[in-house]
Amino acid sequence: MTAYIVRRCALAVLVVAGVVILTFVIAHAVPGDPAATWAGPHASATQVASARRFLGLDRPLPVQLVSYFGGLLSGDWGVSIHTHQTVLSDLGAAAPATLELVIVALVIAVLVGVPAGLWSAMRPGRAADQVVRAGAILGVSMPVFWMALIFQLVFADRLHLLPVAGEYSPNLLLSRPLAHRTGFGVLDALLTGNWPMLGSTLTHLVLPALVVAAYPAGLIARIVRAQVLDDAGGTHVQMARALGLPERTIFARYLMKLAWNPVAATLALVFGYSLVNTFLVESIFDWPGLGSYASASIAALDTPAILGVTLFVAILYVAANLVADLVQAALDPRIALR
Amino acid sequence: MIETPSVPSSSGGRQGVPRWRRAPGQPGLPRNPLLLAGGAIAVLIVVTAVFAPLLAPFPADAGSATHPFAVLRPPSAVHWFGTDQVGRDVASRVIFGARVSPVIAVFVLLIAGVIGIPLGVVAGYFGGWLDDVIMRVTDVFLAFPALLLALVLAAVLPPSLTTVTIAIAATWWPWYTRLIRGQAASVAGRPYVEACRALGISRTRIIFRHILPNSITPLIVQISLDVGGVILTASALSFLGLGAQDPTPDWGLMVAEGQAYFTTAWWLVTFPGLAILITAFGFNLLGDGLRDQLDPRRVMLR
Repeated sequence: MTAYIVRRCALAVLVVAGVVILTFVIAHAVPGDPAATWAGPHASATQVASARRFLGLDRPLPVQLVSYFGGLLSGDWGVSIHTHQTVLSDLGAAAPATLELVIVALVIAVLVGVPAGLWSAMRPGRAADQVVRAGAILGVSMPVFWMALIFQLVFADRLHLLPVAGEYSPNLLLSRPLAHRTGFGVLDALLTGNWPMLGSTLTHLVLPALVVAAYPAGLIARIVRAQVLDDAGGTHVQMARALGLPERTIFARYLMKLAWNPVAATLALVFGYSLVNTFLVESIFDWPGLGSYASASIAALDTPAILGVTLFVAILYVAANLVADLVQAALDPRIALR
Repeated sequence: MIETPSVPSSSGGRQGVPRWRRAPGQPGLPRNPLLLAGGAIAVLIVVTAVFAPLLAPFPADAGSATHPFAVLRPPSAVHWFGTDQVGRDVASRVIFGARVSPVIAVFVLLIAGVIGIPLGVVAGYFGGWLDDVIMRVTDVFLAFPALLLALVLAAVLPPSLTTVTIAIAATWWPWYTRLIRGQAASVAGRPYVEACRALGISRTRIIFRHILPNSITPLIVQISLDVGGVILTASALSFLGLGAQDPTPDWGLMVAEGQAYFTTAWWLVTFPGLAILITAFGFNLLGDGLRDQLDPRRVMLR
């Protein structure tokens, strides 16, 4: 088991190094001159040249890559060209809002997807099963940006049930401002006992979280159903049946339990997918997270910021996969032996 | 999609009846209503794309035509889906849209297959350091969520449909490499391949006559499952303005353009988005149903 953990961690480090090289090479193909952007529209040629020297863009590409690697390791992720802040502090400021959104969405996805998958696996081929399968496939076929706009129109603009956009109601900034503790809106409101703000953050989360949850909910329902049906023919189930255990017990004790394993792997996969989906959803809901930061960086041809946010999301994704692998190995010791 | 599976089978079709058709206990025809629904939607999309000029009430509106006196008209008997901000018929544009992102999907899957399949066969059949190098590279590519890498690539290239195609294909091939590698490695270890080698049959012949045809079935299933995903990714990139530009009737772009008028002219966003959803839904149903039909293990459980 220890050998497996070490091997798995080493692989994750290698992958992250590869991701750094790949993003670096791609980002340095950006058209336009970042030094000119940095110096501003009215800068003279000498000012642009000194900006280029300041940003280190006058050195050969491999040298820049090596120094970028060194910087990453020492916590220097460069300076964003469009915000003039360090990329790491920008990412730190944007990450909690996105993580909050994605985590709430994944909780919704598990709460919907797992029961739906189990329910449909209990009656394969029947009408209820077909409905759940069609619903799950509909979830994974949903263009998120479109769903976000439709939800915004129907539930916020027309029915006035939920707020249109933002992280909380700006009116509360005067009466009950949000104290900054963790950066997670809901958590901060809860920790400081700011109840009006808690209500506001929660209602503002509903629409974007539902939109981000559509894909993972559908995928989880499909995976759970497939896993249960795969296991249903297994020898351990035949054994349990031969022993005369009631079907209900077999289902609860042997089939449901095994289905959690692929759910762990799927969660890691959809975590990364949902992070990127927030790139499409956040701008629509005016959500101040990584997605909004990424679109602003791309629009401004902000190389260090594009690199930083890509790398950050990739690292989160690799880490999630690592955790999922280790959790799976803990749940199913056979995996570590492979 | 109808065209897509012919890509791999062009090299594997000479084996006669595919393996999965001969599997014991295989029910003959699909009785899966979801598969039939998916097939129907896929046929509908292909027919719409092929006959778009005949089906669209105002074919000229799919281009750069403008009608300044008919802007933002709500849906009516003349304009089924209303008109857009420059007076173009939304229904005609949605119909012509079937020629944009579904076609991108075909090209993306073609390119991804052309890159991914040979690499996978080489890695799986030859093994050794070549296998290690190829698989570590695919690991790096797979460490990205596909849309993220496509976004970065599309952001550095000038916005166009070609950019979208390249960006998505660049993120898609590693999946096929990994899939084919596993299949090829397991086929390469079988006794009949060893027998071929003992008989002195050339590597090329072994690969094309034995390894490839026997590894391709799961790939066909995967490709059919991926059509919907590629269409969604392509529309997302277009929605962000990294793909097709204005007169092109691309569904994702139409949603983006309609966003500004959304609260007053709901039809601008609703119908193109619905087209994306229905297309992705249809191809996903089809792929899902095909997988059930082609995977004998799964079928026997029912």
